[in-house]
Amino acid sequence: MCLAIPGRIVEFAAEPSFAVVDVTGVRRKVNVDLLRPDGLAVDDWVLIHVGFAMSRISAEQAEEQLRLLTMLGEATLAAEEVEGYQFE
Amino acid sequence: MKYVDEFRDPQLIRRTADEIRRLMEPGRHYRFMEVCGGHTHAIYRFGLEDLLPDSIELVHGPGCPVCVLPMGRVDDGLALAVEHGAIVTAFGDMMRVPGRRGSPLEHIARGADIRMVYSPLDALKLACDNPDRQVVFFAIGFETTAPSTALTLRRARSLGVPNLTVFSNHVTIIPAIRAILDSPDMRIDGFIGPGHVSTVIGCRPYEFVARDYGRPIVVSGFEPLDVLQGIVMILRQLREGRAEVENQYARVVPWEGNLPALQAMAETFELRPYFEWRGLGFISQSALGVSAAYADFDAERRFELPGVRVTDPKAAQCGEVLKGVLKPHRCKLFGRECTPEHPVGALMVSSEGACAAYYNFAHRRARLEEDAAPAPAAAAG
Amino acid sequence: MRSAGAVRFRDPQIEMAHGAGGKASRRLVEGLIAPLLGGPLLGPLMDAAVLELGAERVALTADAFVVRPLRFPGGSIGELAVNGTLNDLAMAAARPAALVVTLVLEAGLAASVLEAEVRAIAAAAERAGVGVVGGDTKVVEHGKADGMYITTTGLGIVDPRARLSPAAVRPGDRVLLSGPIGDHGITILLARGELDFEASLCSDTRPVLPFVERLLDVAADGLRWMRDPTRGGVASALNELAVDTRLGVGLLEEMIPLRDQVRGACELLGLDPLHIANEGQFLAVLAPEVADAALAAVRATPGGEAAALIGEIRTEPAGAVLSTAPYGGARIVDMLVGDPLPRIC
Ligand code: SF4
Repeated sequence: MCLAIPGRIVEFAAEPSFAVVDVTGVRRKVNVDLLRPDGLAVDDWVLIHVGFAMSRISAEQAEEQLRLLTMLGEATLAAEEVEGYQFE
Repeated sequence: MKYVDEFRDPQLIRRTADEIRRLMEPGRHYRFMEVCGGHTHAIYRFGLEDLLPDSIELVHGPGCPVCVLPMGRVDDGLALAVEHGAIVTAFGDMMRVPGRRGSPLEHIARGADIRMVYSPLDALKLACDNPDRQVVFFAIGFETTAPSTALTLRRARSLGVPNLTVFSNHVTIIPAIRAILDSPDMRIDGFIGPGHVSTVIGCRPYEFVARDYGRPIVVSGFEPLDVLQGIVMILRQLREGRAEVENQYARVVPWEGNLPALQAMAETFELRPYFEWRGLGFISQSALGVSAAYADFDAERRFELPGVRVTDPKAAQCGEVLKGVLKPHRCKLFGRECTPEHPVGALMVSSEGACAAYYNFAHRRARLEEDAAPAPAAAAG
Repeated sequence: MRSAGAVRFRDPQIEMAHGAGGKASRRLVEGLIAPLLGGPLLGPLMDAAVLELGAERVALTADAFVVRPLRFPGGSIGELAVNGTLNDLAMAAARPAALVVTLVLEAGLAASVLEAEVRAIAAAAERAGVGVVGGDTKVVEHGKADGMYITTTGLGIVDPRARLSPAAVRPGDRVLLSGPIGDHGITILLARGELDFEASLCSDTRPVLPFVERLLDVAADGLRWMRDPTRGGVASALNELAVDTRLGVGLLEEMIPLRDQVRGACELLGLDPLHIANEGQFLAVLAPEVADAALAAVRATPGGEAAALIGEIRTEPAGAVLSTAPYGGARIVDMLVGDPLPRIC
């Protein structure tokens, strides 16, 4: 229900609550007050919604998800071999 | 695009779709509700239904803030510009939503000062730049968007901006999910939980879905792989006889949500005793008004509003579609009186609205398929 | 004698959407303007009318330019006004013979701004080797014309090799796109400054005639249809083709050239790049046997390196455009409804 897009922090603005984020070359100043306790740093990736950084994106979790998805595919292939491609 | 393209990988998508097929019990028909309009949009935008077996039916939920806004509230917002001469600011999503005397865009054409903003902070800036005008932010959205309004209110107060007010139409998702679960014609096997709302409220608030109603709910992201993996996780739960809250979207959604966001909302908003949702009727404790502490910034307190309830045209079946009881193209008005150009209901306006998504991305295909197979086996759950 | 057709336009007032190049624009033209003005000379609703005058086929077109801001990265209203009309002629395979320029100026417009735009008009016309042979200037009250509006009328001679006709479009024909989409529309949106986005994007305004000439050299017999996807974008142009021919257009999403920055801006704002305006691109439908040669010819022309074959004509879905993603999911691509509005949901 809400459009939110990942962007990379490229610098912190002079105003304390703001940082500049980059989305494939498009830049905008966004408010980062919602993430301040986490100790944000340049090159962190955040999820942007209506000019606010909503959440910090976890590289580890993203990798883990992709790993699971890859394994899941392999599990499927293995299972199909066992089951003799009955789902083909 | 990092964190986007990886999750659109064609090979992984195909494999995940295969896994879905593998997990299905033969002969069983599944009905899953995607609560969030963002998912509805993604499903059609990415053509995900093409990848799913016919026996999985996706039911579109109420998580579209524009769709659930009753027409009377749209009229109230427009009255702020027309009767009170305020600059009304709103997201682009609102611009085509019909009020009784037309949409915001039509009001602009007649001279009302209504401006589109990307962020509520832009409304604040406008107020600072126009000190002699009243500026109202027409706030819509679920818990994802409410914190940004909350922080804008805080800023307005700390900067001492006297001419900005918020017309709050923020709503909360949990009571809507409960209303759906309580509705007598509910036949949902599992829920694809809203990803972005959960960045704020976390995953705990959904526990009642599993505990009290015995339905799996998987908080999911919005890329094709996210949605498909969410479905895999629901199917696994069903297969293993589990009903739990799971988080597919852990790269973005912390289990506990966002505490500063919840604090800002608690400070600037208060739960309304009840609020009318289009199609779902009055739901208690389901919406946020500006809190007493921020009364000076509340458009409903500062301005006299018409507050007239407007009932939808009789033939419009937005309520049934919102509850997932009716497929959009089965509404009597769909594609005839009601099109994205001349929307009768808001579901036809927002690109998250089930009717618009259906119309834009799918209906002609649906029609073609029906033409090809004259006796569609209507999915009897 | 011309008899006026029935007016079917029922909208109570004119909205911005009626000028945005999507469905509302088409409804206005087809429902009100064409029925009342459509004489024997006003043929299919093409960008330029083609008239037989003696032995020559002559193309005639007019276009009005309203743009805010007047100057933007990569161009300005003056350059746009010339290129836009030349491109409408080029889409009829016509070489420009003369231009007429009308200026509507707002009282209070700085003379230096006007001078810059007139220079831009002159430079663009000279680059294309066409003369400005006449025009008119009017001034309206302050606050009435966003600085200035420009109308250009172009007259061109149709290349005798051209055999363009939507009726010749067949299933199996290929769709060629000349380069990355959305640059102009996104540049203008960002240049207005209201969104506070920054990007190093430029408008793609340019004349496309050099590409068309190369197409005529290598593929004249197989070149069936052309259109520059300006307001309303590629989606609207292809939908009009689909409706007019009662055929379907199948697009392969990954083949559509798109700059990263345009994609980023579209993702952020919830816009579909296929709906965004272009001012220096064109679409062509080509017979399958000439498509590869046509693509090579466009790519070999400076500025055409990113051209691509983005899809094909099919029988289904008749009257609609279907875009298929690499993983097999497909979606209908509809015409733009109203102006493209950024969204947050
Ligand atoms: S087609 Fe229109 S009236 Fe019918 S449910 Fe959808 S939005 Fe409501």
